[in-house]
Amino acid sequence: MLDDLDRRGFLKLAGLGAGVTFASGLGFKADPALAADSDFYFVQLTDTHWGFSGPKVNPEALNTLPKAVAAVNALATPPDFIVFTGDLTHTTDDPLERRKRMAQFKAIVGELKVKTIRYLAGEHDASLDKGEAFREFFGEMHYAFDHKGVHFIALDNVSDPGAKLGEAQLDWLKADLAKQKPEQSIVVLTHRPLFDLYPDWDWATQDGAKAIDLLMPYKNVAVLYGHIHQEHHKMTQHIAHHAATSLIFPQPAPGSQPKRTPPVEWDPAHPFRGLGFREIAAKAKVPAVTLAEVPLVKA
Amino acid sequence: MPIPRRRCALFLLMGILGLGLLGRSGAEERPIVHITAKRFEYEPPVVKLKKGVPVTIELTALDRQHGFKVPQLGLRVDAWPGETTRVELIPDKSGTFEFVCDVFCGSGHEDMDGKIIVEE
Repeated sequence: MLDDLDRRGFLKLAGLGAGVTFASGLGFKADPALAADSDFYFVQLTDTHWGFSGPKVNPEALNTLPKAVAAVNALATPPDFIVFTGDLTHTTDDPLERRKRMAQFKAIVGELKVKTIRYLAGEHDASLDKGEAFREFFGEMHYAFDHKGVHFIALDNVSDPGAKLGEAQLDWLKADLAKQKPEQSIVVLTHRPLFDLYPDWDWATQDGAKAIDLLMPYKNVAVLYGHIHQEHHKMTQHIAHHAATSLIFPQPAPGSQPKRTPPVEWDPAHPFRGLGFREIAAKAKVPAVTLAEVPLVKA
Repeated sequence: MPIPRRRCALFLLMGILGLGLLGRSGAEERPIVHITAKRFEYEPPVVKLKKGVPVTIELTALDRQHGFKVPQLGLRVDAWPGETTRVELIPDKSGTFEFVCDVFCGSGHEDMDGKIIVEE
């Protein structure tokens, strides 16, 4: 049974308190109060699937990513950085076509008026060649960095097509965490969920529990991921997990239909419904990240 | 001449017990079910088993690594090209149980599935 939380419940559990904006209807502008009250904020974009073609689920596939770039560029306060949490491109068996799609993706997001962009791979980018093409274009598959007092850890749970982090990466994570204090604010970035969200639909990481165990001693941890093409929130004890909406098509709610395909069909009456990106305000001194979901177009 | 229903049931019971004895005498003597995996299908897509009768499932892959996962029967293994993965199974409940590929094998992987039907 999924231990899903509604927004109000999540906010209460996360200890974010009253007055925190958790708005799906912010439009393209960042909430000034949110930005002013934070040490910094960044934007998460995910599951752009550049190269995907499917008129029934997104006849505007060629326009969606450029539209998101324009929307982020129009934010009133530019984010400190942007993170793409995987499935930048859609799967192809052709290694040349894969690289062509990655080059096109990189050119489009090169229009973002943000200096720093962090990339993670999704299984569509990296599972068929174990990340070979992804590394050529975007660098390492897992890495860590610090920003204004917050420690970020990007994990790769996709280059193994069986959805494993693997012992070597877990050893690396253990060594990285050993350098952190228990109260350090830590944001983990992944493509697949680390917990068993819905394993029957591949919405899990086979050895994700080992990573969660390693993170458990740290008091202030949030995990941001994509893969499931919809907003979702979950607590594993004190660790918060947040899935963001995609930029290509929404997926059905977990378990709501026999299989996860077909995805949610395009509604001509509500174009781009269910697609969007996320603003995350982060503070180094408090145990919190604050999320603001931004639809690609206003309802 | 039609076989009386009671005798038919007796033959069926003897058959099941016989298979069970074979299973207990050694895994190599168990009935073997061969399943091949290739993008994005299994062959055969439907496997029929008897409840309580041990079988050995032999998996091979024709093109690349695939997964074979039967969540409701607590079973998951990998299938590799050029190799045979063997797994023993004694279905302990009847019903229809879906098996799926849980190793990402391309666009279409989501639709790669089959069914094990376990009969009483």
